[in-house]
Amino acid sequence: MTLVFLILAAITILGLGAAMSLRNPVHCVVGLTIGFLGLAALYLQLGAQFVGLTQVLVYVGAVAILIIFAIMMMRSSESPEQQPYSRSWRVGVAIAFAVYCVLGWAVHFGAHTLPTQAATPELSVQQIGDALLHRFVLPLEIIAVLLTAALIGAGVLALQDPAGEVRGPR
Amino acid sequence: MFGEGILRGLAETARNFFGSYVSKDRLTTVQFPEERIAPIEATRDFPFLVYDGTDWEQGMRCVACQICEKECPPKCIYIDKSKDKKPDAVGKQQFYPTRFDIDISVCMSCQICVEVCPFDAIKMDTEFEYSTQDRFGGLMFDKHKLSKSNEYYHRIHPTEASAVDAALAEERAKAEEKAKAAAEAAAAKAAAAAAVPVVPKESGGAA
Amino acid sequence: MIVFSASGAERADQIFVLTKYWLMGYVPTAVQPLASAVLSVVPILLVFPLIFAITTLLERKGLGRIQNRYGPNRVGPWGLLQPMADGLKSLTKEDIVPDSADKWVHLCAPLLLVVASFLAYAVLPIGRNMVVANLSAGVLFFFAIGALVEVAIFMAGWSSRSKYSLLGAMRAIAQMVSYETPLVLAGLVAVMATGSLSTVAIVEAQAQYTGIFPHWFVFTPWGFAGFVLFMIAATAESNRSPFDLPEGESEIIAGYYIEYSGFKFALFFLGEYLGMFATSGMAITLFLGGWSAPFSFLTWVPSYLWFFIKLLAITCGFIWVRGTLPRLRMDQLMHFAWKFMLPMTLLNIFVAAAWKFLPAGIVRWFGCAIFLAIAFVLLTRGLKRRGEFRARQYRFAE
Repeated sequence: MTLVFLILAAITILGLGAAMSLRNPVHCVVGLTIGFLGLAALYLQLGAQFVGLTQVLVYVGAVAILIIFAIMMMRSSESPEQQPYSRSWRVGVAIAFAVYCVLGWAVHFGAHTLPTQAATPELSVQQIGDALLHRFVLPLEIIAVLLTAALIGAGVLALQDPAGEVRGPR
Repeated sequence: MFGEGILRGLAETARNFFGSYVSKDRLTTVQFPEERIAPIEATRDFPFLVYDGTDWEQGMRCVACQICEKECPPKCIYIDKSKDKKPDAVGKQQFYPTRFDIDISVCMSCQICVEVCPFDAIKMDTEFEYSTQDRFGGLMFDKHKLSKSNEYYHRIHPTEASAVDAALAEERAKAEEKAKAAAEAAAAKAAAAAAVPVVPKESGGAA
Repeated sequence: MIVFSASGAERADQIFVLTKYWLMGYVPTAVQPLASAVLSVVPILLVFPLIFAITTLLERKGLGRIQNRYGPNRVGPWGLLQPMADGLKSLTKEDIVPDSADKWVHLCAPLLLVVASFLAYAVLPIGRNMVVANLSAGVLFFFAIGALVEVAIFMAGWSSRSKYSLLGAMRAIAQMVSYETPLVLAGLVAVMATGSLSTVAIVEAQAQYTGIFPHWFVFTPWGFAGFVLFMIAATAESNRSPFDLPEGESEIIAGYYIEYSGFKFALFFLGEYLGMFATSGMAITLFLGGWSAPFSFLTWVPSYLWFFIKLLAITCGFIWVRGTLPRLRMDQLMHFAWKFMLPMTLLNIFVAAAWKFLPAGIVRWFGCAIFLAIAFVLLTRGLKRRGEFRARQYRFAE
């Protein structure tokens, strides 16, 4: 629990908490981005360079931008008058607390199985690449097919006109 | 199509860049306050009053006919006529303006005042650097400021000035001839009157 | 340690590194990591804004000469003090924030842009042993930081609550996202050739010489294609002409930073130019050999000088292209990115992989070059749209 970890954890929690609780959707996106950056910094602090940097590249550079585009297209800049919380928020909080308890119990009681001298393994990008293309090549190819299907589907949806209607200058 | 248009464009701009250091016609900027282009002859900026000779008040051609004041579209000319007369460019006795003001902040350089002046008294100047910080009269030119000599007119508009001078000389010659003819006629009349014999009073008691 | 037994050229080359070590000797041990970080970062914060100032002047004078006029030449001799005048102007201008604007997001956008742009310099090796952070995944870090810039642009465009800003922001983000893929893929070939994502390793792989010629990647067919594609994508990423539709001065009057004035505007300007220098620096690192000299008999010139000479050359190239090409329309931009750049970069990766497996010699040189030329020809023919003029059909209008 070093100082750096505490600061990064605070930034992440504040960012994601802001993403949950602010009213203006754009402020929420900014909070979400801060949360993602905090997570990336935590990955980097653990020594996982590739994962941390890919987190920035993918989550901030693509997912956050996607959410931004969605907000811009829907023009929902006006913040709703009251917090759009669901009515069963107490049940939600209880379930979240239960999940937290389970995770905490698992970590606490499994902590003694971890090596005490945390020798950070030198996990280079080359090893990740090797693993992906030797041991995990089937999941990799399946994900590639999935992404291609998604891309083609998005293209088809965008090209389609509403059935039978051709609007034009007549 | 393969990008050679882009390459040709790049070559052209490179030629411009290096050429601007070497040849004068690739860098045509005239850096204004330090360098100036000479104005062409037909340049017109603001009006001025022409005077002949060296005395600007006596040689002024303007006779205060006020035609230019009436014709000026934005009405920027202000003229006051005098009570007495002085000889004009041709020699005739004419009125003259005691006040001739042009507000050049209003003047639009349309040259109508020049076109309608029957006496070639007002012409267009080529001077334009009149900016001043005096908002309340710095751009109202009075008679003295507007008067410039005929030599100056020759310098800025040579062909026009020569044509005007020729026309004025012709009129002056005509006026002189007329004056000479009138003088001769008057002299003849005087001589005729003087040549009438003094009739002695004969019919003193024949009433 | 190379400290005092070095020759004069080596000492000139390593002068900044030596100075830093000497200064560190005076710092107490407890503060040393912090001091080391500060001493590495402060030169970046000083040098690159200075280069930015010089580049604004160079650009204005260069563009002027290209357009048959003088550039600014009033402020100092030959206009050399013009950047100072510009800086003073932007500092003293009133900072106008629109009434309905989102104040905090409006403030944070230029800050985020400048911070992200500065972060990218952390992995550029400016000279031998002169890199701020020798990350083993340096290239990935660089491209990840580029993603932060897009968020900053969105924040700027949205928070101004103006139609033109929003439109400009959407166009800018669409453009940057579209050109990011070709940028990464074009840079990937250098990583493939080196076998490492570390920028220091990439430069050192190019700093070898056969005879007098260096092993720069730009001298290989795939490297040359990669360099050209990388520079085109870099021009698009920095929103420079001919890809400056998002900030088109004659169309949407500065696009997403239309509501900014004074110092925040200067920060945007700074952030954009810093991004341009960072991407040029990455191009130099990946393809032009970083700090290595172009001929083996020129290695006595200090390495950081070579880096800045190459940076100057690329900047002049940017200015030259800006003065030559007209602006691309949005749909032309997008077509160019997805229909030309992306296939070309993918084929380039294929060629780079083939290069690694073919035996060295003139055959693989010509083979790869011809393959790339054919691909180029076919793709440019595909770019030309034939018979696409028909009556416009609206999908959402009445």
